[in-house]
Amino acid sequence: MGMTMSEKILARSSGQGEVKAGDIVWVKPDIAMMHDLLGPWLVDPGFRRLGGRLYDRDKVVVVSDHCTPPATVQQADILKFTRDWAREHELPYYYEFEGPCHQVIVEHGHVRPGRLILGTDSHTCMAGGMGAFATGIGSTEMIGVLLTGETWLKVPETIKVVWDGELRPGVFSKDMVLKTIKDIGHAGATYQAIEFSGSAIRSLSMDDRLVLSNMAVEAGAKTGLIESDEEVVRFLRSKGVTDEIELLSSDEDAVFAKTLYYNASELEPQIACPHEVDNVHPVQAVEGTPVDQVYLGSCTNGRLSDLRTAAQILKGRKISKHIRCLVVPASQYVWMQANKEGILDILAEAGCVVNMPSCGACGGFTSGVIGAGEVVMSSSNRNFRGRMGSAQGEVYLGSPAAVAATAIEGKIADPRKYMELEVH
Amino acid sequence: MSSIIRGRVWKYGDNINTDIISPGQYMSLPAEKQAEHAMEAIDPSFSEKVRPGDIIVAGKNFGSGSSRETAQMVLKHLKVGAVAASSFARIFFRNSINVGLPVVEIADTSLIHEGDEIEINLIEGTVWNHTRKEEYRGTKLPEHLVDMVKLGGLEPYLAKKLGISKSQEEVK
Ligand code: SF4
Repeated sequence: MGMTMSEKILARSSGQGEVKAGDIVWVKPDIAMMHDLLGPWLVDPGFRRLGGRLYDRDKVVVVSDHCTPPATVQQADILKFTRDWAREHELPYYYEFEGPCHQVIVEHGHVRPGRLILGTDSHTCMAGGMGAFATGIGSTEMIGVLLTGETWLKVPETIKVVWDGELRPGVFSKDMVLKTIKDIGHAGATYQAIEFSGSAIRSLSMDDRLVLSNMAVEAGAKTGLIESDEEVVRFLRSKGVTDEIELLSSDEDAVFAKTLYYNASELEPQIACPHEVDNVHPVQAVEGTPVDQVYLGSCTNGRLSDLRTAAQILKGRKISKHIRCLVVPASQYVWMQANKEGILDILAEAGCVVNMPSCGACGGFTSGVIGAGEVVMSSSNRNFRGRMGSAQGEVYLGSPAAVAATAIEGKIADPRKYMELEVH
Repeated sequence: MSSIIRGRVWKYGDNINTDIISPGQYMSLPAEKQAEHAMEAIDPSFSEKVRPGDIIVAGKNFGSGSSRETAQMVLKHLKVGAVAASSFARIFFRNSINVGLPVVEIADTSLIHEGDEIEINLIEGTVWNHTRKEEYRGTKLPEHLVDMVKLGGLEPYLAKKLGISKSQEEVK
Protein backbone atom coordinates (compact mmCIF):
# COMPACT_ATOMS: atom_id res chain seq x y z
CA MET A 1 0.00 0.00 0.00
CA GLY A 2 1.36 3.43 -0.92
CA MET A 3 1.86 6.15 1.65
CA THR A 4 0.98 9.85 1.71
CA MET A 5 3.64 12.44 2.48
CA SER A 6 2.39 12.61 6.08
CA GLU A 7 2.55 8.85 6.47
CA LYS A 8 6.08 8.72 5.07
CA ILE A 9 7.40 11.42 7.38
CA LEU A 10 5.72 10.01 10.49
CA ALA A 11 6.88 6.49 9.60
CA ARG A 12 10.47 7.67 9.44
CA SER A 13 10.18 9.76 12.59
CA SER A 14 8.66 6.91 14.56
CA GLY A 15 11.24 4.43 13.26
CA GLN A 16 8.70 2.24 11.48
CA GLY A 17 8.66 0.97 7.93
CA GLU A 18 5.04 1.79 7.40
CA VAL A 19 2.30 3.67 9.22
CA LYS A 20 -1.23 4.45 8.12
CA ALA A 21 -3.79 7.13 8.89
CA GLY A 22 -5.33 6.57 12.31
CA ASP A 23 -2.22 4.99 13.88
CA ILE A 24 -0.96 6.64 17.03
CA VAL A 25 2.81 6.89 16.90
CA TRP A 26 5.61 8.16 19.12
CA VAL A 27 7.72 10.52 17.05
CA LYS A 28 11.00 12.38 17.41
CA PRO A 29 10.67 15.91 16.03
CA ASP A 30 13.65 17.28 14.08
CA ILE A 31 12.88 20.84 15.13
CA ALA A 32 11.11 22.13 18.24
CA MET A 33 10.23 25.75 17.60
CA MET A 34 8.99 28.25 20.19
CA HIS A 35 8.21 31.95 19.99
CA ASP A 36 8.31 34.56 22.71
CA LEU A 37 4.62 34.70 23.58
CA LEU A 38 3.95 30.95 23.83
CA GLY A 39 7.48 29.73 24.45
CA PRO A 40 10.04 29.76 27.28
CA TRP A 41 8.06 32.26 29.35
CA LEU A 42 5.22 29.72 29.70
CA VAL A 43 7.25 26.55 29.37
CA ASP A 44 9.95 27.28 31.93
CA PRO A 45 8.20 26.64 35.27
CA GLY A 46 7.06 23.13 34.35
CA PHE A 47 10.30 22.44 32.48
CA ARG A 48 12.27 23.31 35.63
CA ARG A 49 10.07 21.23 37.92
CA LEU A 50 10.85 18.25 35.73
CA GLY A 51 14.60 18.68 35.82
CA GLY A 52 15.08 21.50 33.32
CA ARG A 53 17.49 19.67 31.00
CA LEU A 54 17.12 19.92 27.24
CA TYR A 55 17.11 16.62 25.41
CA ASP A 56 18.97 18.13 22.45
CA ARG A 57 19.57 21.87 22.22
CA ASP A 58 20.53 21.63 18.54
CA LYS A 59 16.93 20.79 17.73
CA VAL A 60 15.47 23.79 19.56
CA VAL A 61 14.81 27.06 17.72
CA VAL A 62 13.46 30.10 19.57
CA VAL A 63 12.21 33.20 17.76
CA SER A 64 11.08 36.40 19.47
CA ASP A 65 8.56 37.93 17.10
CA HIS A 66 5.20 38.60 18.78
CA CYS A 67 6.48 41.10 21.34
CA THR A 68 8.98 42.86 19.05
CA PRO A 69 9.66 45.66 19.50
CA PRO A 70 7.85 45.61 22.84
CA ALA A 71 4.89 47.97 23.13
CA THR A 72 4.41 47.49 26.87
CA VAL A 73 6.55 46.74 29.89
CA GLN A 74 5.02 43.27 30.11
CA GLN A 75 6.05 42.52 26.54
CA ALA A 76 9.56 43.81 27.29
CA ASP A 77 9.67 41.47 30.29
CA ILE A 78 8.61 38.49 28.17
CA LEU A 79 11.20 39.37 25.58
CA LYS A 80 13.95 39.66 28.18
CA PHE A 81 12.89 36.35 29.71
CA THR A 82 13.06 34.67 26.31
CA ARG A 83 16.46 36.13 25.47
CA ASP A 84 17.89 35.16 28.89
CA TRP A 85 16.45 31.66 28.59
CA ALA A 86 18.07 31.16 25.20
CA ARG A 87 21.39 32.27 26.67
CA GLU A 88 21.08 30.19 29.84
CA HIS A 89 20.41 27.05 27.79
CA GLU A 90 23.12 27.95 25.27
CA LEU A 91 20.74 27.65 22.35
CA PRO A 92 22.58 27.74 19.04
CA TYR A 93 19.47 29.08 17.31
CA TYR A 94 17.86 32.16 18.81
CA TYR A 95 16.48 34.95 16.62
CA GLU A 96 14.80 38.19 17.59
CA PHE A 97 13.51 41.28 15.74
CA GLU A 98 13.87 39.28 12.53
CA GLY A 99 10.20 38.72 11.71
CA PRO A 100 7.48 36.10 12.34
CA CYS A 101 8.94 32.73 13.42
CA HIS A 102 7.52 30.75 10.50
CA GLN A 103 9.32 32.88 7.95
CA VAL A 104 12.50 33.02 10.03
CA ILE A 105 12.85 29.23 10.30
CA VAL A 106 12.26 28.85 6.57
CA GLU A 107 14.87 31.48 5.66
CA HIS A 108 17.49 30.10 8.05
CA GLY A 109 17.32 26.63 6.51
CA HIS A 110 15.72 24.88 9.50
CA VAL A 111 12.89 23.63 7.31
CA ARG A 112 13.70 20.78 4.91
CA PRO A 113 11.60 18.25 3.03
CA GLY A 114 10.83 15.20 5.18
CA ARG A 115 11.50 16.84 8.53
CA LEU A 116 9.09 16.77 11.43
CA ILE A 117 8.65 20.23 12.91
CA LEU A 118 6.60 21.01 16.01
CA GLY A 119 6.07 24.58 17.15
CA THR A 120 4.11 26.41 19.82
CA ASP A 121 2.07 28.26 17.21
CA SER A 122 -0.83 27.15 15.09
CA HIS A 123 0.69 28.45 11.85
CA THR A 124 3.70 26.14 12.23
CA CYS A 125 1.95 24.24 9.43
CA MET A 126 3.49 26.76 7.01
CA ALA A 127 6.69 24.73 6.88
CA GLY A 128 4.70 22.02 5.10
CA GLY A 129 4.97 24.11 1.95
CA MET A 130 8.56 22.85 1.71
CA GLY A 131 7.57 19.22 2.20
CA ALA A 132 8.01 18.99 5.99
CA PHE A 133 5.37 17.64 8.37
CA ALA A 134 4.85 20.68 10.56
CA THR A 135 2.17 21.32 13.13
CA GLY A 136 1.31 23.44 16.14
CA ILE A 137 1.37 22.14 19.70
CA GLY A 138 0.69 23.76 23.06
CA SER A 139 3.28 25.10 25.45
CA THR A 140 2.78 22.27 27.96
CA GLU A 141 3.24 19.68 25.27
CA MET A 142 6.45 21.44 24.32
CA ILE A 143 7.79 20.72 27.83
CA GLY A 144 7.63 17.02 27.03
CA VAL A 145 9.34 17.50 23.67
CA LEU A 146 12.13 19.56 25.22
CA LEU A 147 12.76 17.04 28.00
CA THR A 148 12.35 13.75 26.17
CA GLY A 149 12.79 14.61 22.47
CA GLU A 150 9.54 12.88 21.62
CA THR A 151 5.78 13.07 21.70
CA TRP A 152 2.81 11.19 20.28
CA LEU A 153 0.86 12.07 17.15
CA LYS A 154 -2.05 10.52 15.41
CA VAL A 155 -1.23 9.89 11.76
CA PRO A 156 -3.75 12.07 9.90
CA GLU A 157 -5.79 11.21 6.86
CA THR A 158 -5.07 13.51 3.95
CA ILE A 159 -7.40 15.64 1.86
CA LYS A 160 -5.82 16.17 -1.54
CA VAL A 161 -6.46 19.53 -3.16
CA VAL A 162 -5.53 19.66 -6.83
CA TRP A 163 -5.17 23.01 -8.60
CA ASP A 164 -4.52 22.71 -12.33
CA GLY A 165 -4.55 25.44 -14.96
CA GLU A 166 -2.96 28.87 -14.87
CA LEU A 167 -3.80 31.80 -12.60
CA ARG A 168 -4.93 34.90 -14.47
CA PRO A 169 -3.37 38.34 -13.79
CA GLY A 170 -4.53 39.78 -10.49
CA VAL A 171 -5.24 36.35 -8.99
CA PHE A 172 -2.78 34.76 -6.55
CA SER A 173 -2.12 31.79 -4.29
CA LYS A 174 -3.97 33.67 -1.50
CA ASP A 175 -7.11 33.51 -3.63
CA MET A 176 -6.56 29.77 -4.17
CA VAL A 177 -6.28 29.07 -0.47
CA LEU A 178 -9.26 31.26 0.47
CA LYS A 179 -11.39 29.45 -2.09
CA THR A 180 -10.19 26.08 -0.75
CA ILE A 181 -10.97 27.06 2.86
CA LYS A 182 -14.40 28.27 1.81
CA ASP A 183 -15.19 24.87 0.30
CA ILE A 184 -13.67 22.72 3.05
CA GLY A 185 -15.03 24.96 5.82
CA HIS A 186 -13.14 26.25 8.83
CA ALA A 187 -13.37 22.93 10.65
CA GLY A 188 -13.69 20.68 7.61
CA ALA A 189 -10.16 19.30 7.80
CA THR A 190 -9.90 18.90 11.60
CA TYR A 191 -7.52 16.03 12.50
CA GLN A 192 -6.58 15.76 8.80
CA ALA A 193 -3.71 16.95 6.62
CA ILE A 194 -4.21 18.88 3.40
CA GLU A 195 -1.92 18.20 0.48
CA PHE A 196 -1.87 20.75 -2.33
CA SER A 197 -0.84 19.52 -5.76
CA GLY A 198 -1.40 20.06 -9.47
CA SER A 199 0.25 22.11 -12.20
CA ALA A 200 -0.90 25.46 -10.80
CA ILE A 201 0.83 24.67 -7.50
CA ARG A 202 4.03 23.45 -9.17
CA SER A 203 4.34 26.70 -11.10
CA LEU A 204 4.23 28.80 -7.89
CA SER A 205 7.40 30.22 -6.34
CA MET A 206 8.34 29.18 -2.80
CA ASP A 207 7.05 32.55 -1.54
CA ASP A 208 3.64 31.90 -3.04
CA ARG A 209 3.45 28.23 -2.03
CA LEU A 210 3.97 29.06 1.63
CA VAL A 211 0.71 31.04 1.61
CA LEU A 212 -1.19 27.81 0.98
CA SER A 213 0.47 25.74 3.69
CA ASN A 214 0.34 28.66 6.15
CA MET A 215 -3.44 28.81 5.97
CA ALA A 216 -4.16 25.06 6.08
CA VAL A 217 -4.93 25.40 9.80
CA GLU A 218 -7.74 27.83 8.91
CA ALA A 219 -9.59 24.78 7.57
CA GLY A 220 -8.80 23.05 10.86
CA ALA A 221 -6.00 20.95 9.32
CA LYS A 222 -3.10 19.54 11.28
CA THR A 223 -0.72 20.49 8.51
CA GLY A 224 -0.64 21.63 4.90
CA LEU A 225 1.82 19.88 2.63
CA ILE A 226 3.18 20.52 -0.83
CA GLU A 227 5.24 17.92 -2.63
CA SER A 228 8.87 19.04 -2.78
CA ASP A 229 10.56 19.61 -6.13
CA GLU A 230 13.40 21.58 -7.72
CA GLU A 231 11.91 24.87 -6.49
CA VAL A 232 12.53 23.75 -2.90
CA VAL A 233 16.13 22.87 -3.77
CA ARG A 234 16.62 26.23 -5.51
CA PHE A 235 15.19 28.05 -2.48
CA LEU A 236 17.37 26.21 0.05
CA ARG A 237 20.49 26.73 -2.07
CA SER A 238 19.71 30.45 -2.20
CA LYS A 239 19.70 30.39 1.59
CA GLY A 240 23.14 28.81 1.69
CA VAL A 241 22.06 25.22 2.44
CA THR A 242 24.58 22.89 0.81
CA ASP A 243 23.51 19.50 2.28
CA GLU A 244 21.92 16.93 0.06
CA ILE A 245 18.16 17.45 -0.11
CA GLU A 246 15.85 14.50 -0.37
CA LEU A 247 12.66 15.32 -2.23
CA LEU A 248 9.39 13.90 -1.02
CA SER A 249 5.96 13.20 -2.47
CA SER A 250 3.01 10.91 -1.89
CA ASP A 251 3.00 7.52 -3.62
CA GLU A 252 0.79 7.07 -6.68
CA ASP A 253 -1.33 4.52 -4.82
CA ALA A 254 -1.51 6.41 -1.52
CA VAL A 255 -4.98 6.58 0.01
CA PHE A 256 -6.62 10.01 0.38
CA ALA A 257 -9.74 10.81 2.43
CA LYS A 258 -11.00 12.79 -0.54
CA THR A 259 -9.73 14.80 -3.47
CA LEU A 260 -10.92 18.24 -4.56
CA TYR A 261 -10.23 19.50 -8.08
CA TYR A 262 -9.96 23.13 -9.17
CA ASN A 263 -9.13 25.01 -12.32
CA ALA A 264 -6.94 28.00 -11.47
CA SER A 265 -7.80 29.80 -14.70
CA GLU A 266 -11.41 30.14 -13.57
CA LEU A 267 -10.53 31.69 -10.23
CA GLU A 268 -11.34 35.32 -9.36
CA PRO A 269 -9.91 37.39 -6.49
CA GLN A 270 -11.41 36.19 -3.19
CA ILE A 271 -12.04 38.06 0.06
CA ALA A 272 -12.64 36.50 3.51
CA CYS A 273 -15.22 38.60 5.32
CA PRO A 274 -15.71 39.10 9.09
CA HIS A 275 -15.54 37.12 11.33
CA GLU A 276 -14.55 33.72 9.93
CA VAL A 277 -11.86 32.72 7.45
CA ASP A 278 -14.29 30.55 5.48
CA ASN A 279 -16.74 33.42 4.97
CA VAL A 280 -15.24 33.90 1.53
CA HIS A 281 -16.75 35.79 -1.41
CA PRO A 282 -15.52 36.92 -4.82
CA VAL A 283 -14.21 40.47 -4.55
CA GLN A 284 -17.19 41.88 -6.50
CA ALA A 285 -19.49 40.97 -3.61
CA VAL A 286 -17.75 43.34 -1.19
CA GLU A 287 -16.19 45.89 -3.56
CA GLY A 288 -16.72 49.43 -2.28
CA THR A 289 -16.76 48.57 1.45
CA PRO A 290 -14.97 51.50 3.16
CA VAL A 291 -11.92 50.65 5.27
CA ASP A 292 -9.87 52.57 7.86
CA GLN A 293 -6.64 50.62 7.67
CA VAL A 294 -4.83 48.45 5.19
CA TYR A 295 -2.30 45.89 6.40
CA LEU A 296 0.28 44.30 4.14
CA GLY A 297 2.35 41.84 6.10
CA SER A 298 2.42 38.72 8.32
CA CYS A 299 3.88 35.26 7.82
CA THR A 300 1.10 34.66 5.29
CA ASN A 301 1.71 37.46 2.81
CA GLY A 302 4.57 39.72 3.82
CA ARG A 303 7.21 38.11 1.63
CA LEU A 304 9.21 39.64 -1.20
CA SER A 305 6.84 38.54 -3.96
CA ASP A 306 3.98 40.14 -2.00
CA LEU A 307 5.78 43.45 -1.60
CA ARG A 308 6.74 43.38 -5.28
CA THR A 309 3.11 42.89 -6.27
CA ALA A 310 1.97 45.73 -4.01
CA ALA A 311 4.69 48.01 -5.41
CA GLN A 312 3.66 47.14 -8.94
CA ILE A 313 0.17 48.41 -8.13
CA LEU A 314 1.15 51.39 -5.99
CA LYS A 315 3.99 52.73 -8.14
CA GLY A 316 3.21 56.30 -9.18
CA ARG A 317 -0.07 56.24 -7.29
CA LYS A 318 -1.18 57.53 -3.88
CA ILE A 319 -3.13 55.73 -1.20
CA SER A 320 -6.45 57.21 -0.14
CA LYS A 321 -6.25 60.14 2.30
CA HIS A 322 -8.87 58.52 4.49
CA ILE A 323 -6.86 55.47 5.44
CA ARG A 324 -3.46 54.44 6.69
CA CYS A 325 -1.53 51.65 5.05
CA LEU A 326 0.92 49.64 7.17
CA VAL A 327 3.51 47.51 5.44
CA VAL A 328 5.27 44.88 7.57
CA PRO A 329 7.93 42.88 5.70
CA ALA A 330 7.89 39.25 6.86
CA SER A 331 11.59 39.21 7.75
CA GLN A 332 14.71 41.27 7.99
CA TYR A 333 15.86 39.64 4.76
CA VAL A 334 12.63 40.66 3.01
CA TRP A 335 13.03 44.20 4.35
CA MET A 336 16.60 44.51 3.07
CA GLN A 337 15.89 42.94 -0.31
CA ALA A 338 12.81 45.12 -0.81
CA ASN A 339 14.92 48.10 0.09
CA LYS A 340 17.57 47.15 -2.48
CA GLU A 341 14.94 46.75 -5.16
CA GLY A 342 13.52 50.20 -4.43
CA ILE A 343 10.22 48.69 -3.31
CA LEU A 344 10.19 50.37 0.09
CA ASP A 345 10.64 53.76 -1.59
CA ILE A 346 7.77 53.11 -3.97
CA LEU A 347 5.52 52.10 -1.09
CA ALA A 348 6.55 55.07 1.07
CA GLU A 349 6.04 57.51 -1.81
CA ALA A 350 2.55 56.12 -2.28
CA GLY A 351 1.87 57.00 1.36
CA CYS A 352 2.39 53.64 3.09
CA VAL A 353 4.19 53.39 6.42
CA VAL A 354 6.83 50.67 6.41
CA ASN A 355 7.19 49.03 9.83
CA MET A 356 9.83 46.64 11.13
CA PRO A 357 9.51 42.88 10.54
CA SER A 358 7.34 41.54 13.38
CA CYS A 359 4.00 39.96 14.12
CA GLY A 360 2.79 43.50 14.69
CA ALA A 361 -0.93 44.03 14.42
CA CYS A 362 -1.61 40.64 12.78
CA GLY A 363 -2.44 39.08 16.13
CA GLY A 364 -3.35 42.34 17.86
CA PHE A 365 -0.05 42.57 19.75
CA THR A 366 1.87 45.67 18.74
CA SER A 367 1.89 48.59 16.27
CA GLY A 368 -1.34 49.05 14.38
CA VAL A 369 -4.11 47.44 16.43
CA ILE A 370 -7.58 48.73 15.56
CA GLY A 371 -10.25 50.46 17.63
CA ALA A 372 -14.00 49.88 17.95
CA GLY A 373 -15.84 50.36 14.68
CA GLU A 374 -12.69 50.29 12.57
CA VAL A 375 -12.38 48.15 9.46
CA VAL A 376 -9.16 46.58 8.17
CA MET A 377 -8.28 45.01 4.86
CA SER A 378 -5.37 42.70 5.59
CA SER A 379 -3.10 40.24 3.82
CA SER A 380 -2.79 38.13 7.00
CA ASN A 381 -4.54 34.87 7.83
CA ARG A 382 -7.21 35.38 10.50
CA ASN A 383 -10.19 37.68 10.74
CA PHE A 384 -11.67 36.42 14.02
CA ARG A 385 -13.55 38.91 16.16
CA GLY A 386 -11.00 40.85 18.18
CA ARG A 387 -8.04 39.36 16.32
CA MET A 388 -6.43 42.68 15.35
CA GLY A 389 -7.59 44.70 18.35
CA SER A 390 -11.10 45.75 19.31
CA ALA A 391 -13.83 43.10 19.28
CA GLN A 392 -15.98 45.78 17.65
CA GLY A 393 -13.58 46.02 14.71
CA GLU A 394 -13.86 44.14 11.43
CA VAL A 395 -11.15 42.37 9.44
CA TYR A 396 -11.30 41.44 5.75
CA LEU A 397 -8.60 39.22 4.25
CA GLY A 398 -7.30 39.23 0.71
CA SER A 399 -4.21 38.97 -1.47
CA PRO A 400 -1.46 41.62 -1.33
CA ALA A 401 -2.77 42.89 -4.67
CA ALA A 402 -6.30 43.29 -3.29
CA VAL A 403 -4.80 45.00 -0.25
CA ALA A 404 -2.84 47.46 -2.43
CA ALA A 405 -5.84 48.21 -4.63
CA THR A 406 -7.93 48.80 -1.52
CA ALA A 407 -5.28 51.22 -0.20
CA ILE A 408 -5.64 53.34 -3.33
CA GLU A 409 -9.42 53.56 -3.20
CA GLY A 410 -9.92 53.53 0.57
CA LYS A 411 -12.58 50.91 -0.16
CA ILE A 412 -12.28 47.23 -0.90
CA ALA A 413 -11.22 47.10 -4.55
CA ASP A 414 -10.68 44.58 -7.34
CA PRO A 415 -6.92 44.35 -7.93
CA ARG A 416 -7.32 43.36 -11.57
CA LYS A 417 -7.85 46.94 -12.71
CA TYR A 418 -4.41 47.95 -11.40
CA MET A 419 -2.33 45.10 -12.75
CA GLU A 420 -1.06 46.71 -15.97
CA LEU A 421 1.84 48.80 -14.51
CA GLU A 422 5.31 47.28 -14.32
CA VAL A 423 7.47 47.81 -11.28
CA HIS A 424 10.86 48.46 -12.91
CA MET B 1 -8.05 16.06 37.76
CA SER B 2 -11.06 14.06 38.84
CA SER B 3 -12.64 12.01 36.12
CA ILE B 4 -16.20 12.86 37.27
CA ILE B 5 -17.19 16.52 37.02
CA ARG B 6 -20.53 17.98 37.98
CA GLY B 7 -21.61 21.56 37.41
CA ARG B 8 -23.97 24.19 36.04
CA VAL B 9 -24.01 24.91 32.29
CA TRP B 10 -23.15 28.04 30.33
CA LYS B 11 -24.20 27.47 26.75
CA TYR B 12 -22.53 28.83 23.60
CA GLY B 13 -22.71 28.17 19.86
CA ASP B 14 -20.29 26.94 17.20
CA ASN B 15 -16.75 28.12 16.47
CA ILE B 16 -15.78 29.61 19.80
CA ASN B 17 -12.16 30.31 18.81
CA THR B 18 -9.17 30.98 21.04
CA ASP B 19 -9.17 34.70 20.17
CA ILE B 20 -12.61 34.81 21.84
CA ILE B 21 -11.59 32.71 24.85
CA SER B 22 -8.31 34.55 25.32
CA PRO B 23 -7.97 37.76 23.26
CA GLY B 24 -4.44 38.35 21.92
CA GLN B 25 -4.18 41.91 23.18
CA TYR B 26 -4.26 40.81 26.84
CA MET B 27 -1.97 37.81 26.50
CA SER B 28 1.05 39.45 28.07
CA LEU B 29 -0.94 40.36 31.22
CA PRO B 30 -1.00 38.19 34.38
CA ALA B 31 -3.52 35.34 34.42
CA GLU B 32 -6.07 37.08 36.65
CA LYS B 33 -6.16 40.13 34.35
CA GLN B 34 -6.44 37.99 31.22
CA ALA B 35 -9.24 36.02 32.82
CA GLU B 36 -11.34 39.20 33.16
CA HIS B 37 -11.49 39.35 29.36
CA ALA B 38 -12.29 35.69 28.70
CA MET B 39 -15.14 35.29 26.19
CA GLU B 40 -15.83 39.03 26.25
CA ALA B 41 -16.21 39.36 22.47
CA ILE B 42 -19.40 37.27 22.66
CA ASP B 43 -20.33 37.47 26.35
CA PRO B 44 -18.86 40.49 28.17
CA SER B 45 -20.13 39.44 31.60
CA PHE B 46 -18.78 35.87 31.46
CA SER B 47 -15.89 36.36 33.87
CA GLU B 48 -18.20 37.96 36.46
CA LYS B 49 -21.02 35.46 36.35
CA VAL B 50 -19.11 32.19 36.01
CA ARG B 51 -18.68 30.32 39.29
CA PRO B 52 -16.19 27.62 40.27
CA GLY B 53 -17.21 24.25 38.84
CA ASP B 54 -19.44 25.64 36.08
CA ILE B 55 -19.31 23.81 32.77
CA ILE B 56 -19.14 25.36 29.31
CA VAL B 57 -21.23 23.56 26.71
CA ALA B 58 -20.80 24.59 23.09
CA GLY B 59 -21.38 23.49 19.52
CA LYS B 60 -18.92 22.55 16.82
CA ASN B 61 -15.22 23.41 16.53
CA PHE B 62 -14.60 24.73 20.04
CA GLY B 63 -11.15 26.27 20.51
CA SER B 64 -10.20 26.76 16.88
CA GLY B 65 -7.41 29.09 15.82
CA SER B 66 -4.30 29.86 17.81
CA SER B 67 -2.42 27.21 19.80
CA ARG B 68 -2.35 29.52 22.85
CA GLU B 69 -2.73 27.69 26.15
CA THR B 70 -3.80 30.96 27.70
CA ALA B 71 -7.23 29.77 26.55
CA GLN B 72 -7.05 26.84 28.99
CA MET B 73 -5.28 29.01 31.54
CA VAL B 74 -8.05 31.62 31.75
CA LEU B 75 -10.75 28.95 31.94
CA LYS B 76 -8.85 27.16 34.70
CA HIS B 77 -8.25 30.46 36.45
CA LEU B 78 -12.00 31.08 36.45
CA LYS B 79 -12.30 27.50 37.80
CA VAL B 80 -14.41 26.31 34.87
CA GLY B 81 -15.00 22.62 35.67
CA ALA B 82 -15.04 21.27 32.13
CA VAL B 83 -15.91 21.99 28.52
CA ALA B 84 -18.31 19.81 26.54
CA ALA B 85 -18.69 20.46 22.82
CA SER B 86 -19.93 18.70 19.68
CA SER B 87 -16.37 18.88 18.39
CA PHE B 88 -13.08 20.48 19.34
CA ALA B 89 -10.29 21.99 17.29
CA ARG B 90 -7.33 19.61 17.33
CA ILE B 91 -4.76 21.68 19.23
CA PHE B 92 -7.28 22.87 21.82
CA PHE B 93 -8.28 19.29 22.62
CA ARG B 94 -4.65 18.18 23.04
CA ASN B 95 -3.77 21.20 25.15
CA SER B 96 -6.74 20.64 27.44
CA ILE B 97 -5.71 17.06 28.18
CA ASN B 98 -2.13 18.20 28.69
CA VAL B 99 -2.95 20.91 31.22
CA GLY B 100 -5.74 19.00 32.92
CA LEU B 101 -8.80 20.94 31.73
CA PRO B 102 -11.49 18.27 31.33
CA VAL B 103 -13.02 18.11 27.85
CA VAL B 104 -15.62 15.80 26.40
CA GLU B 105 -16.99 15.49 22.88
CA ILE B 106 -20.69 14.74 22.56
CA ALA B 107 -22.18 14.68 19.09
CA ASP B 108 -25.32 16.68 19.88
CA THR B 109 -25.03 19.35 22.55
CA SER B 110 -28.32 21.00 21.56
CA LEU B 111 -30.14 18.83 24.12
CA ILE B 112 -28.27 20.59 26.94
CA HIS B 113 -29.49 24.03 27.95
CA GLU B 114 -28.06 26.96 29.84
CA GLY B 115 -28.48 26.47 33.57
CA ASP B 116 -28.78 22.66 33.40
CA GLU B 117 -26.88 20.67 36.00
CA ILE B 118 -24.75 18.04 34.27
CA GLU B 119 -22.27 15.39 35.29
CA ILE B 120 -19.44 14.31 33.01
CA ASN B 121 -17.66 10.97 33.23
CA LEU B 122 -14.41 11.67 31.45
CA ILE B 123 -13.13 8.14 31.17
CA GLU B 124 -16.41 6.71 29.88
CA GLY B 125 -17.14 9.76 27.74
CA THR B 126 -20.69 10.04 29.06
CA VAL B 127 -22.76 12.97 30.31
CA TRP B 128 -25.70 12.72 32.71
CA ASN B 129 -28.09 15.66 32.69
CA HIS B 130 -29.49 15.93 36.24
CA THR B 131 -31.98 18.63 35.24
CA ARG B 132 -33.50 16.69 32.35
CA LYS B 133 -32.71 13.14 33.49
CA GLU B 134 -31.06 12.27 30.19
CA GLU B 135 -27.79 10.56 29.33
CA TYR B 136 -25.63 11.46 26.33
CA ARG B 137 -22.89 9.24 24.94
CA GLY B 138 -19.73 11.03 23.99
CA THR B 139 -16.49 9.98 22.39
CA LYS B 140 -14.32 7.86 24.66
CA LEU B 141 -10.82 9.12 25.23
CA PRO B 142 -8.14 7.23 23.33
CA GLU B 143 -6.60 4.69 25.69
CA HIS B 144 -3.14 6.23 25.77
CA LEU B 145 -4.64 9.43 27.14
CA VAL B 146 -6.62 7.89 29.97
CA ASP B 147 -3.49 7.53 32.10
CA MET B 148 -2.59 11.12 31.51
CA VAL B 149 -6.05 12.30 32.49
CA LYS B 150 -6.06 10.15 35.61
CA LEU B 151 -2.71 11.59 36.66
CA GLY B 152 -3.89 15.16 36.05
CA GLY B 153 -2.17 16.11 32.81
CA LEU B 154 1.10 15.86 30.94
CA GLU B 155 3.35 17.26 33.65
CA PRO B 156 2.62 14.63 36.31
CA TYR B 157 2.62 12.04 33.53
CA LEU B 158 6.12 13.12 32.45
CA ALA B 159 7.27 13.23 36.07
CA LYS B 160 6.28 9.60 36.37
CA LYS B 161 7.86 8.67 33.05
CA LEU B 162 11.11 10.45 33.92
CA GLY B 163 11.10 8.93 37.38
CA ILE B 164 10.99 12.28 39.12
CA SER B 165 9.39 11.75 42.51
CA LYS B 166 7.22 14.70 43.28
CA SER B 167 3.95 14.71 45.04
CA GLN B 168 0.95 15.68 42.95
CA GLU B 169 0.72 18.87 45.02
CA GLU B 170 4.22 20.07 44.17
CA VAL B 171 3.76 19.32 40.51
CA LYS B 172 0.51 21.26 40.23
S1 SF4 C 1 2.48 37.07 11.67
FE1 SF4 C 1 0.46 36.72 12.55
S2 SF4 C 1 -0.10 34.64 12.00
FE2 SF4 C 1 2.10 34.87 11.64
S3 SF4 C 1 3.04 34.12 13.54
FE3 SF4 C 1 2.79 36.32 13.75
S4 SF4 C 1 0.79 36.62 14.77
FE4 SF4 C 1 0.88 34.51 13.99
